[in-house]
Amino acid sequence: MDSMVQYLVTGLTVGSIYALMAIGFVAIYNITGILNFAQGEFAMIGALSCVSFVNWGLPMVAAIPAAVMLTALIGFIIERTAIFPVRNRSVITLIVITIGLSTFIKGIGLIIWGTSPHTLQPVVKAEPIKLFGAVINPQSLFIFLTVLVLLVILYVFFDKTFIGSALKASEKNPRAASLMGINTSSMSALSFTLAAALGAIAGIMIAPLTDATYEMGFLIGLKGFVAMVIGGVNNIPGAVVGGLLLGVIESFSGGLISTFYSDAIAFGILLLILFFKPTGLFSKAAGERV
Amino acid sequence: MRRFNGVLHGQLWRPLLVLAAIVLLLPWFIPTPYIFTILILIGIYSLITIGLSLLLGYAGQISLGHAAFFGIGAYVSGILTAKYAISPWLAMVIGVIVTWVISYAVGMAILRLKGHFLALATMAVNIIFYILILGLDEWTGGASGLVGIPGLSLFQLNLGQPLYFYFFVWSIVLVVIVFSTNIVRSSIGRVLRSIHDSEIATEMLGVNVAKYKVAIFSLSAVYASLAGSLYAHFISFIAPPSFYITFSILLLVMVMVGGVHSIWGAVLGTAIIMFLNEWIRYIGQTYFQISGQVEIVVYGFIIIVVMMFMPKGLVDVFERLWRKIASARIKEVEKRKIAAERGDLA
Amino acid sequence: MTYLLEGKQVTKKFGGITAVDGVDFHLKQGEIVAIIGPNGAGKTTLFNIISCFLPPTSGEVLYKGERLTGRKIFELARLGISRTFQNLQIFNNMTVLENIMMGVHIKLRTNVFSAGFRLPVVKRDEELAYKQALDVLEMMELKPFINEKAGNLSYGLQKQLEFARAMAYDPTLILLDEPMAGLNDAETNQMAGYIKELKKKGRSFLFVEHKMATVMELADRIIVMDFGKKIAEGTPDEIARNEQVIRAYLGEEAV
Repeated sequence: MDSMVQYLVTGLTVGSIYALMAIGFVAIYNITGILNFAQGEFAMIGALSCVSFVNWGLPMVAAIPAAVMLTALIGFIIERTAIFPVRNRSVITLIVITIGLSTFIKGIGLIIWGTSPHTLQPVVKAEPIKLFGAVINPQSLFIFLTVLVLLVILYVFFDKTFIGSALKASEKNPRAASLMGINTSSMSALSFTLAAALGAIAGIMIAPLTDATYEMGFLIGLKGFVAMVIGGVNNIPGAVVGGLLLGVIESFSGGLISTFYSDAIAFGILLLILFFKPTGLFSKAAGERV
Repeated sequence: MRRFNGVLHGQLWRPLLVLAAIVLLLPWFIPTPYIFTILILIGIYSLITIGLSLLLGYAGQISLGHAAFFGIGAYVSGILTAKYAISPWLAMVIGVIVTWVISYAVGMAILRLKGHFLALATMAVNIIFYILILGLDEWTGGASGLVGIPGLSLFQLNLGQPLYFYFFVWSIVLVVIVFSTNIVRSSIGRVLRSIHDSEIATEMLGVNVAKYKVAIFSLSAVYASLAGSLYAHFISFIAPPSFYITFSILLLVMVMVGGVHSIWGAVLGTAIIMFLNEWIRYIGQTYFQISGQVEIVVYGFIIIVVMMFMPKGLVDVFERLWRKIASARIKEVEKRKIAAERGDLA
Repeated sequence: MTYLLEGKQVTKKFGGITAVDGVDFHLKQGEIVAIIGPNGAGKTTLFNIISCFLPPTSGEVLYKGERLTGRKIFELARLGISRTFQNLQIFNNMTVLENIMMGVHIKLRTNVFSAGFRLPVVKRDEELAYKQALDVLEMMELKPFINEKAGNLSYGLQKQLEFARAMAYDPTLILLDEPMAGLNDAETNQMAGYIKELKKKGRSFLFVEHKMATVMELADRIIVMDFGKKIAEGTPDEIARNEQVIRAYLGEEAV
């Protein structure tokens, strides 16, 4: 019983990270029609640049926003230079371009930060908490809290601000949105910037638990992608639930079956979902994407 | 009829002869066994990229999982020959059959997906395969790899000799090119391209689109499996990292950089990326003292630039250049003709 | 008697909306039937149900007395049914000749294996496809563009090409989704000419169209739809005098 609670907590922690990545995917995919295979690299840049800022003597409270802003800026630059000019090309070309971006950024990360893993001190320095027999790392609580706050901010942003509603309109129907005077070009840039910032936060959150390396982005990105597919590609709440679900599935299959095969199980489930319900578990519109 | 075939599908024999000539002549100019190894690997990888070109360039279906089929060929060959001392040729055939069955089943399940989702599904297949070869270490040797895979020999000819193996691999490449070009130059090639342009229209014309997609997916997987077997016998040691998604991505890059709409582009792209790879590694190590995978920066950059500015790949650039030269030559001839006529008049 | 094509109580619901509501229709061999109606009347949905792109919620479509509903799309060609699309679906990156050769694909027997080894069947198939495609190109006056990439043709020619491809293998029934949309008067007349020509050869047509003049000229019978229901059916003359139809088209106030 105790270990069950433990698995659940671990799963939700990792799942929150996946959820953040998945939100970034959803934002970019629905506005630009692109699945950004470089999304995971934003997590890498966020985590490693945060490490560097801390090493330069910046306090954590300043290092985190600085790293997030830097990553967001990089996201913006990438969109302007390599995505926007080619947005009308074939899907395959766009996939390969984002793969190229991912490889390129990873290489830059390698040159700057080398191959060795870097540790990031947890934000909250406290003893692990015991709850229902499970040991909860304070960092986990911090992650939950951050994700929760971010979700509230995103909700307010999408629902209560003009830019947010414009973004949502561009998601639903780019043509109509542009007819209504919403600048879809800046929406595309905004979606990349937002996704980069979310990715950076995800990377910074997970780094104290797993260490950060130049290679960390790929798998995190892929998991975010999986979370998005589980949740249904066109809704943010779905993506969040998808991320949490993926984290929990991984954690339980790791604990009950084998940690070695937990990734294989996660991707196996992905294949099953793609096969039986390619629109995701929580999407209302069926068969739209065929 | 012959002329109309030329009009419809372009020429086959001339580029094939050029390639055969290059393959025959290259050994005379090769200074080191190291470059020989690269040439052999280019041949082996070309087998996979030719298949990907059929799948991606003609039928329009993406795959980021072909390293897995490469791996199935390599591991079936490796395990059967190293552990059970079965004839390498028989093992190769078994590898091809196993790959065909697996890829057919996988293809049936995932080829209804499109674009990004197909890419993700093929990646998932690749990751699952990777974890399986790591995990099933009783057979595969797990992370430490599988050693002691014997070399090939053919009619008492020891193909372990790089020169012989080089010729052997490249003759297979030529055969695969002819086979694939034959497909492209038939009604099947038309079906593949029409699937690329409009699936519903193709379906409405009585074509079972799913069947063709799966068939071409399996064919490309079989090419990859063949390449895997050759690779295992050539290197004599295989380990999981060679069969991870990173290799699938590299293959995709080769095809895209070379030119996805042409089988020749696949071979060209494979050669260019392989040499580029070695060259960057060399420059990095000798001049900048960096080791590791720094070449991925350059890779990434090249992929982005080629895709942005030459979406049809390098083969298209070469073709256009060639056409320009050819048309300049025709103009030159016409000019001379006119000049001669004028001369006659004067 | 059995009709060539017959719909029985065809109904399609999307969520809470009934796009097609219990429509009965039929079409005899050699007949040209038009489906008309205001935008959103359910014509295209009905069309997609007939051509097996959508399954109906209830009801069924019969072809030569046998159930057509539930078949796979690619099976239709072998039954002798062919269709064109409202938003053109030509193969842009292929030549005009290749587009038409795809039109006769069901007569070919080449498979991946025989193609790869270039067995004799490949040459036979290619010659057959080439010859038949030439005949079609001749008849459809597309021969001057034979080696042109389909994507580079003018809209009118692309439309003509799609029609030519649809009739290339001599189908019995041709479904046309707005064949005249986007065509100028001359092109419209030309297309109408082709349809009449094929009718003389015993082909049957079912088409959705907005241009009333064309509908009146071509159709033997007209089915009028509004809000998913069939509100009238009859010869062009009968339809032109039908008050309900006029009301549906012009709105209540005009009457």
